[in-house]
Amino acid sequence: MTNSAKAEAVLALHRFGMGPRPGSIAAVGTDPRGALIADLDRPLTLTAAAVLPTSAKAYRTVADANARRAARAKQAQQQAKRQQTASAPTMSEDQTQGQGADKDAAEMAAKQAAEAVPDPGRPIYLQEAKLRTEAALAAEIGFAERLVWFWSNHFCISANKIQSMSGAYEREAVRANMLGRFVDLLLAVEGHPAMLFYLDNLGSMGANSIAGINRSRGLNENIAREIMELHTLGVRAGYTQDDVISFANVLTGWTLVPPGDNPEHGGEFTFNPRLHEPGGQTVLGKRYEQEDAEQGRAVLRDLAAHPATATHIATKLARHFVADEPPPVLIEQMAKTFRDTEGDLKQVAIAMVSSDEAWRRPPSKLKRPSEWGVGMVRATGATTVDPVRFTGGLELLGEALWRPSAPKGYPDDEASWIDGVGRRLDIANNFAERLAGTADPQAIIEDVFASEISPEVKQAVGRAESRQQALALLFMSADFQRR
Amino acid sequence: MGFDHHLPTRRELLVGSGALFAWSQMPRIARAEGRDPRLLVIVLRGALDGLGAVAPVGDPDWISLRGDRALVLDGKPPALPLDAFFALNPAMPNLHRLYKSGKAAIVHAAATPYRERSHFDGQDVLESGLVKPGMTSSGWLNRALLALESSGRVDPRGSRALGIGSVTPLVVRGSAPVMTWVPQRLLPASEDTQNRLLDLYQHTDPKLATVLQARMRLASLGGAPGAGDPMSDDPTLPPPGIARVRAYFAEAAGTAARYLAKPDGPRVGAMGFVGWDTHIAEGAASGQLYNLLGALDGAFAAIESNMGEAWRETAVAVVTEFGRTARINGTQGTDHGTGTVAFLIGGGLNGGRVIADWPGLKPAQLFEDRDLKPTTDLRAVLKGLLRDHLRVEEKVLAEAVFPGSADVKPMGGLVG
Repeated sequence: MTNSAKAEAVLALHRFGMGPRPGSIAAVGTDPRGALIADLDRPLTLTAAAVLPTSAKAYRTVADANARRAARAKQAQQQAKRQQTASAPTMSEDQTQGQGADKDAAEMAAKQAAEAVPDPGRPIYLQEAKLRTEAALAAEIGFAERLVWFWSNHFCISANKIQSMSGAYEREAVRANMLGRFVDLLLAVEGHPAMLFYLDNLGSMGANSIAGINRSRGLNENIAREIMELHTLGVRAGYTQDDVISFANVLTGWTLVPPGDNPEHGGEFTFNPRLHEPGGQTVLGKRYEQEDAEQGRAVLRDLAAHPATATHIATKLARHFVADEPPPVLIEQMAKTFRDTEGDLKQVAIAMVSSDEAWRRPPSKLKRPSEWGVGMVRATGATTVDPVRFTGGLELLGEALWRPSAPKGYPDDEASWIDGVGRRLDIANNFAERLAGTADPQAIIEDVFASEISPEVKQAVGRAESRQQALALLFMSADFQRR
Repeated sequence: MGFDHHLPTRRELLVGSGALFAWSQMPRIARAEGRDPRLLVIVLRGALDGLGAVAPVGDPDWISLRGDRALVLDGKPPALPLDAFFALNPAMPNLHRLYKSGKAAIVHAAATPYRERSHFDGQDVLESGLVKPGMTSSGWLNRALLALESSGRVDPRGSRALGIGSVTPLVVRGSAPVMTWVPQRLLPASEDTQNRLLDLYQHTDPKLATVLQARMRLASLGGAPGAGDPMSDDPTLPPPGIARVRAYFAEAAGTAARYLAKPDGPRVGAMGFVGWDTHIAEGAASGQLYNLLGALDGAFAAIESNMGEAWRETAVAVVTEFGRTARINGTQGTDHGTGTVAFLIGGGLNGGRVIADWPGLKPAQLFEDRDLKPTTDLRAVLKGLLRDHLRVEEKVLAEAVFPGSADVKPMGGLVG
């Protein structure tokens, strides 16, 4: 391998992969582009995920726990009241005060009883986080895993709202579809209960639907707006408020099976005709007369095929992988592939890494905390993480897993992340302290970077006063943080 | 943080990295003699400037060598006199008190057999007890414990070593079981690490340099508790900077002492303190080195008070991988050198002495015209402690603990 081939292999791993790990430079070989493309043909299923519940099962598990908690609380409260009644005659000096205290005691008993039932959502979340992170650690190159992360963020949900389902959502909707056609990915995510829950569609009902008339409640526009603004066309792509309302009407009835009603299928997607606004709707100038959920699918198909969507997706991908201000030529090459292949996302990814434009920029992008954190662990050759520690670290760095603060997801630009560099130093320092007994910083430079690292970093690492300091400096170097 | 904390439970102890073992029975080192000795090794990582810690104020070349950076008896603050020739850094009143009461000794112009200038290799030689770096699977303290156990001189059920910190120091790693304790709050990146990173950024990435500099400025104002310090939300934490370093040193050392003091606890232990690589603005009398030595002095006090009754039977060896250049460099610091000091403290010490075969400071007397010439093999000191304090046989010391050191005779008379 020549020096420049080595440099391109290192760049391939940082820019498009999960970062180098021992042996991965050699695995990329002299054909980094080919290696990245080949990475897309590897199986993407998380084999270990067989132990994890489906999103619907996870949802039912949490619903069950909540129901049990409520029941226990009620029981405890009743029992506390019975006891008070039984002992009331002996302690009636100050009736009012006594009653107040009794009430407090009953509430306290209810609270304690409820807390005795543990929340199953968090352990599920942590299990999912562990599996996801370990998939990133195990990947030889990790281009496909990076795409999972990209699409999961593009179609983000928030674990703050739906902790138990967040990992399963990514597996079921994103991972399973993100190398197929965009339209299938779009249909999978927008029809997923986690997304419908996150963007408030469960209770959205048409004003003229049966439920709407009976309950005098109505529409929630959230999901319709975010699909057009964030997921497909992009902001200011020519749609109007009327389009949003019509599309929201189209999507009424997209909901999930209530877990309390149906222990077999609770938490799964269902179309509830009683919530659905009857009749045709006009979205972006086109009339949709379909019945039931087919109406929404038809709109989503057209949004997926819209030229604005091709440009929006191409721009976001190029911005995420290549540069904050991606080369317009690259965007156009990718958008054209998107249009020509009817949104074949694998072909779009291949178009990106096949373009010289994607390689010319110097490593200027600041890695997101998640990329940087996984990169550190990979550099040591480790294949497992403590999910509590790992997700805690990401939270400190402002990129809590599956918990972006808004449907827009986590940003891609340097300005959003650079102020966190000080905090990264503390994390790098602590990580380096744990590693210092086993990891050799010089070996990492040779094995993981094939010595393709700036002489300043080599010198700083060589002169460090301890292995801990050497590792911290290495992980904090621009060579390691930028891609 | 403070060391009036409860001792961590066994469960807390088992959380952490490294080789973890249950620990229980009392090790009976030197039991036949009715003694129960403790040995704690503290490694100062980064290479301590021995001349900045213990100044040869009686050497006629001292002032010309260090100029206005030389510690002197009438300096500001004044160095603490040890004998007619040596004086101690004024940051170390506890060590001075221990020395005066015979419970501390200082070995000067000492070094391991390592003569190069790499921290990593120097630390490997210091802790492995081997002549060369790179053969680093176990440390001399662990092998000494193992030898005591196999010779039947220690109750095998009870032989345990203690490692303090997330990474068990190499000196105590090996086949003999090690229990580790990890301070709950880790140190944020040291000022030295931040300075080096800033220097690296200034040469490679101006944007990152700007951000890091802003953070360091905030931290130096004391307003933002280490702007990015994950532990900073805790109001009980001392402010960043040297106060936090002092608290960390005292907590770590004090905890080690309390384990070693327990009747059923381990009898040997090791820990490391970082930050001694003082290339720039060393500050022996008022800056970085002064502050670190002060923190170390506080750690000595914590050990003494937390050892309780066991202090009588305690020896603590404070060692570093090598020393620093004899002369001050162009940035008011010192570079990697050779000869340096070792501190020995403990109620079991036969102290009150500076032990040195003084080489002198004239250019021709320096090692390679730059370092304090090493005249005492640090292994002799350590072998002396191991033989006379723990009762490891001399032959075992020469072959298993410090392999190939038969020519280096144990230094006698270190313990009372």
